[in-house]
Amino acid sequence: MKTQENGRARPEAIRAVPVRHPGRWIAVAVLVVLTAQFAHMLFTNEQFMWAYMFENAFRPSVLEGVRTSLVLTVLAMLIGVALGVVIAVLRLSDNPVLSGVAWVYTWFFRAVPRLVLAVLFGNMGILYAQYTVGLPFTEQFADLLGVDINGTIFSIDANTLLTGFMAGLLALALSEAAYMAEIVRAGILSVDPGQAEAASALGMSKPLVMRRIVLPQAMRVIIPPTGNETIAMLKDTALVAFVPVTNELFFQLTAIGTRDFRPFPMLVAACLWYVALTSVLLVGQYFLERRFSRGTQRTARARTRLRVLGGDH
Amino acid sequence: MAEPPMVLAENVHKSYGRTEVLRGIDLAVERGEVMCVIGPSGSGKSTFLRCVNHLEKINGGRLSVDGRLIGYREKNGKLYELKEREIAAQRRQIGMVFQRFNLFPHMTALENVMEAPLKVRRQPRAKARVAARLLLERVGLADRASHYPSQLSGGQQQRVAIARALAMEPALMLFDEPTSALDPELVGEVLEVMKALARDGMTMVVVTHELGFAREVADTLVFMDEGVILEQGPPTQLLTHPTHPRLQEFLSKVF
Ligand SMILES: Nc1ncnc2c1ncn2[C@@H]1O[C@H](COP(=O)(O)OP(=O)(O)OP(=O)(O)O)[C@@H](O)[C@H]1O
Ligand SMILES: [Mg+2]
Repeated sequence: MKTQENGRARPEAIRAVPVRHPGRWIAVAVLVVLTAQFAHMLFTNEQFMWAYMFENAFRPSVLEGVRTSLVLTVLAMLIGVALGVVIAVLRLSDNPVLSGVAWVYTWFFRAVPRLVLAVLFGNMGILYAQYTVGLPFTEQFADLLGVDINGTIFSIDANTLLTGFMAGLLALALSEAAYMAEIVRAGILSVDPGQAEAASALGMSKPLVMRRIVLPQAMRVIIPPTGNETIAMLKDTALVAFVPVTNELFFQLTAIGTRDFRPFPMLVAACLWYVALTSVLLVGQYFLERRFSRGTQRTARARTRLRVLGGDH
Repeated sequence: MAEPPMVLAENVHKSYGRTEVLRGIDLAVERGEVMCVIGPSGSGKSTFLRCVNHLEKINGGRLSVDGRLIGYREKNGKLYELKEREIAAQRRQIGMVFQRFNLFPHMTALENVMEAPLKVRRQPRAKARVAARLLLERVGLADRASHYPSQLSGGQQQRVAIARALAMEPALMLFDEPTSALDPELVGEVLEVMKALARDGMTMVVVTHELGFAREVADTLVFMDEGVILEQGPPTQLLTHPTHPRLQEFLSKVF
C-alpha cells in the first residue's frame, strides 16, 4: 500500500538479508546440553531425595522460620535505612562533631563482621545484668562525697531488653545502617547542587530541602544498591542462629536434615527457599525503582511512546 | 521618611580563599527599577547576585535588601550573624532565576510552582494550586501544568522557573543569565515574560548578555569588570557613548 505524504510516495519497506549470529546458536546448543545433563543428574541421583525434601520443606517449623527471617529482614532494613539516612546527613553536615561521629560509626560497624556482631550482641547480658537509665556517674559522685544519692530513673533486666531476637535484630540493623549511610551519602552527592541552591533560594530550610528536593532525587541512585542490601540481609538472617535465635529459616531446615541424617536435601530446600524469597524481593524493587524515576528522561520518553502507540496510529 | 532602596550595596567585598572576586561594589536599586548587569566572564556578576541572596557570605562592606542587612542583625553598632532559619526567611522576599533553570525534575511544572507556597508558606493545597495555575498562565504555560521538566523545552523550563520564583511573591527578582543556556529561537519567549514583569513594576536585577533587552527594559545598566563596577548609568548612554576603555573594548567584542 502506498500513501501520499508531502507529495512523495512512501518507498517500499527495505528487504535486506539480516546479519547472522552463528555464535548465539552455538551458545544455545552448549547450554541445552549442559542443562540436560544437569536435569538428568537432579532426577537420577538418589541423594536428592525429592519426595523427602518436599515433605519437609513446608513443615510448620520451617514456615515459622520463613516468617522470622522475613520479619528480621524487613525490620533490620527499615531500621538500617532510617538510621543510614540520619548518619549520611550527619556525615555531610557542616558541623565537624556530627560528621565525625557519623564517620566513627560507619568505620566501626563496617569493620566488624556481622557474624561477630551477632554473637557479641547475643552475649551482651554478660556485661551488665541490669541496664539502668538515670543521671550519669551518680554512684561515683555519691562515693566521692560520701552521701547516698539515687540517680536511677528506671532499670531493666538485660535479658528482658535483649531477647535473642532483639539482639540479632540490633546486630543486623546497626551493621546495615553503616552500609546504608554510605549508599545514601553517594545518592545525596549525586544530586546536582543547583537543586539545593534553587530550593534554598525559595526560602526552604535545610531540612526541608533535604526531605523534599534532595532525597527524592537521590532515591534513584539509592534504590538499586538498597535492593542488593535487602537481598544480602535476607541471607544474613541465617547468622542470627549464632545469637542464638533458632527459629529462623536456615536453622530450622538444617535441624530437620541433621535429625534425619539427611542433610543434603534440606540444604537444597534452603537454596530453593532463599531463591523464591529473593525473587519476591526483586519484584518489589522493580516497582520502587519505577516509582522514583518519575520525571526522568526514560519514563518521559516511554510515556510519549505510549501516547504515540495508543494515539493516531 | 524616604523608603530605603530595594538593594543597597556599599563597598561589598567577596573572596574565595585568596582570590578576590568582588573588590568594592557600590550600587543602589530603587523600588520598581530594572537594573541590568553586563561584564566579561569571571568579572563577578553571578557572585554578586548570589551574595544578594545570601547563597554566598560577603567578607566586607554592607549589603541590604529592603532596608535589612543580608545575613546579619545590627545591634548597638555590633553585627550578629543570623540563624539558618532567619536567613531562609530573608530569602523568601527575593526570587532567583538561574542560568540552568534548576527546576525540580521529580515534580511537574505545577508542583514546581506550588512547592514553596505549600511547604514554606504553608498555604492550603487548593489555594496554592489556584495561584500556581494563574502564574503558569501568566508565563504562557497553562497547558503544560502536568508536564515534567524533561518534557519541556528550555524556554518553557525557564518560564516555569520564573513562575516558581514569583509564587513566593518576592519584592525583588534576581536573574543570572536567564537566556544563556537557551537556543536562539527560545530566547525571545523568556525575554517577553521578563519584559511583562518589568512593566508590572517588579524590581529586577538581571545579569545578561542581551544588550537589546537591556537597552529596551533597563533603567540602569551596570558594567562590571574584575570585581568592580567601572561604569553605570542609563543603558542608551553606556551602549552608545561608553567612556571607560574596558567597556568600549567589551562592547566591540560583543557586537
Ligand atoms: N565557589 C568558588 N570557589 C572559588 N572561586 C570561585 C567560586 N565561584 C566563583 N569563583 C571565581 O570567581 C570569579 C567570578 O565568578 P562569577 O561566576 O561571579 O563570574 P561571572 O561574572 O558570573 O562570569 P560568567 O559570565 O562566566 O558567568 C571567577 O574567577 C571564578 O573562578
Ligand atoms: Mg555567571
